[in-house]
Amino acid sequence: MIQGAQPIQKIIAAQKRNEAIFRVVAIAAVAISLATLGALLFDAFSDGLRRLDWQFLTSFPSRKPERAGILAAIAGSFYVVSLTSAISIPLGIGAAVYLEEYAKNNRFNRMIEVNITNLAGVPSIIYGILGLELFVRMMKLDRSLMAGALTLSLLALPTVIISAREAIRTVPSSIRQAAYAVGATRWQTTRDHVLPLAFPGIMTGIILAISRAIGETAPLIMIGALTYVAFLPTGLDSPFTVMPIQIFNWVSRPQKGFFECAAAGIVVLLILTLMLNGLAIILRNYYQRKFSVRSL
Amino acid sequence: MSQNLNAGDVCLKVEKFNAWYDQFHALKDINMDIRKNKVTAMIGPSGCGKSTLIRCFNRMNDFIPTFRQTGKILFEGNDLSDRFIDPVEVRIKVGMVFQKQNPFPKSIADNVTYGPKIMGVRQKSRLDAIVEESLRNAALWDEVKDKLKSSALSLSGGQQQRLCIARALAMQPDVLLLDEPCSALDPIATSKIEELIIQLKEKYTILIVTHNMQQAARVSDHTAYLYLGELIEYDETTKIFTAPAQKATEDYITGRMG
Amino acid sequence: MIINSSSVQIRKIKENTVQAILFGCAIFSVFVTAGIIGVLSFETFEFFREVSIIEFFTDTQWTPLFTQKHFGIAPLLCGTFLTSAIALIVAAPLGILTSVYLSEYASPRVRRVIKPILEILAGVPTVIYGYFALLFVTPLLQKVLPDLPGFNALSPGIVMGIMILPIISSLSEDAMYAVPQSLRNAAYALGSSKLQVSFKVVIPSAFSGITASFILAISRAIGETMLVAIAAGQMPNLTLNPMESVMTMTTFIVQVSLGDTQTGTIEYKTIFAVGTMLFLLTFGLNIIGHKLRKRFREVYA
Repeated sequence: MIQGAQPIQKIIAAQKRNEAIFRVVAIAAVAISLATLGALLFDAFSDGLRRLDWQFLTSFPSRKPERAGILAAIAGSFYVVSLTSAISIPLGIGAAVYLEEYAKNNRFNRMIEVNITNLAGVPSIIYGILGLELFVRMMKLDRSLMAGALTLSLLALPTVIISAREAIRTVPSSIRQAAYAVGATRWQTTRDHVLPLAFPGIMTGIILAISRAIGETAPLIMIGALTYVAFLPTGLDSPFTVMPIQIFNWVSRPQKGFFECAAAGIVVLLILTLMLNGLAIILRNYYQRKFSVRSL
Repeated sequence: MSQNLNAGDVCLKVEKFNAWYDQFHALKDINMDIRKNKVTAMIGPSGCGKSTLIRCFNRMNDFIPTFRQTGKILFEGNDLSDRFIDPVEVRIKVGMVFQKQNPFPKSIADNVTYGPKIMGVRQKSRLDAIVEESLRNAALWDEVKDKLKSSALSLSGGQQQRLCIARALAMQPDVLLLDEPCSALDPIATSKIEELIIQLKEKYTILIVTHNMQQAARVSDHTAYLYLGELIEYDETTKIFTAPAQKATEDYITGRMG
Repeated sequence: MIINSSSVQIRKIKENTVQAILFGCAIFSVFVTAGIIGVLSFETFEFFREVSIIEFFTDTQWTPLFTQKHFGIAPLLCGTFLTSAIALIVAAPLGILTSVYLSEYASPRVRRVIKPILEILAGVPTVIYGYFALLFVTPLLQKVLPDLPGFNALSPGIVMGIMILPIISSLSEDAMYAVPQSLRNAAYALGSSKLQVSFKVVIPSAFSGITASFILAISRAIGETMLVAIAAGQMPNLTLNPMESVMTMTTFIVQVSLGDTQTGTIEYKTIFAVGTMLFLLTFGLNIIGHKLRKRFREVYA
């Protein structure tokens, strides 16, 4: 025993007490976040379910809250996100494959990597500014579906690349060596062996990127997605609105009735996002259990 | 099984001790008396249970969820393997040094004072005295006395391991467990640690697990040979290495197996 | 040999084409960065040809949309700082506690349930957080603080704290998880309790990783738009009082683009000047954050 030390029994008693206190505090901290999520869901659903009906889902916006609906926004979100996926997924997977399978570890490729990491942290509104200047003004796409989709594609790209790279990295190198050993080229190896094995992981990342894109508001406000759209998009050059912008518009109105519309819109958006998030989590858990390489 | 160790006070008494990881029977009916102020070496091939056994003396197996045990390890009249005894109490009295040197990423002095601070020692002058005393006992003082505030990670591997020994000594334990303390070190660092072990037995009871039979022969007074979870032979080191009673022991130390 | 030389040729061409296409995908991200920097710096340069850079940084009023124009960014920076600081005050302790709990205490089963829920918290669209802050949290706070106006910095700040909490908790947990088990063993062998191991060994060892999580979370808070645009108000206000309505940089950008501002006007260019400030701030923080993370990973590689 050390001279000047406390008696062991006292130390152990203090340790036990602090341990108990910490457990309570830590569980309380976790409970706060869970309770907030619960309150958010409860608040949105209790306000929104009253207003959410078939008429709401199939109507265009209106000056009268009780006649307003979210049809144009649902259609707009659907078109924008489909286009965004069509652009960002192939680009993102291509970049990920290059960085994981082809790139040598040199300065230039490391610069690309750092660049992608940093792009992922750029605030979404900055992408809006880029879209406004590049697509709306310079490429004269105006406030069109195409301009919106291009802007969101740039925004989604880093997320897709980063998650696709992580998925590709989990494919054991023995698989690649086996393919090379029977004379496959690098691309054949990638296409036939690496990508199929990484597929569930890549899907998880894509679903999360899409779910984020559906909820994005600021960059589309920047490129001028309209808030009062009483028609369905007719083509790539058509003006459009999306769900979060419609919700933002309703929240910004002074009339109480529009708050209910906003809540109903939020319920629709939440259900979509939660479903996509849930799907991604299920897919990943399944994938981890099936391909887990980490033992112990 | 022979247990012909004569005279000397018993420090740790292992009685009918069995241990399992899940279904795997890792230690089978171990009985042995470990003598005070002696160095006791445990040898045997990988997986023979020697590390499991040494970790039972300071309850480090408590962290393994599948670990179960029966039997007793008596220390100062109490069974330290009893689950009603707080492991913290055991670990304060039984210090341990691990296979790979694991200094905290803090200063050299902070590494040494970590334990005493846990024990409620606050007085600066007392802590300074502990640092010097422990580092001297670990034969590290002269090498680090001018840079006590620099990071422990700046030391060489051998110095780090001696720092870990100093950190354990700062608790002034009764027993010191060394789990293959030299396995990650070069021969020069190893010989320094071996010298240190021989000096330390004046004050401490030392148990050392080692893969290296020459090391066991050099530093220990008593040697236990374990094989497949059983204690095959336990005797004076000189006897084990010159005239083992068991054929199995002889095979192992002469290199015919393991 | 079963392969003739012409098929080897074709194969080579095909391989090279694929590689070139994939390289194009990878290099595209560099063009995006170049585009962002180019667009921002061009229009910002234009802006500073009309507004003095000294006024921009020293004037205490921001009224570019009024006839009496002032271009002092201080009120916007102040609003951004205030909401982000409140968010960090909420998220830092909760995030640390959550990550210690998940990394050191929780059973694997509890972890499997809680982590996805925290991720959902990070995945909720921010416009929904705005609604929640304005119509749930603010009225709730007004019951305790009757003087609290409908638009204020406090409510969106708190909600933003919950929003960035998953960033802190998951990155910090990763950092704590990476602390070698041997250090925990060393501390346990010296008689530490789990709490002492967590706070005296694990947290100090994971310190740079935890700091990185804070920095990346602040960066996220600074760039957050819809939450503050909905619930913090539209009043540029040089104040550090959380009870007042404030305008952040992001809110201002949204406000301008919601109006019908003509290209080429000074109002239009303010978007880019403010955007540049926002970009530089978040970019700087991200670089520091990722550097720290990388350094941490190298220590325990």
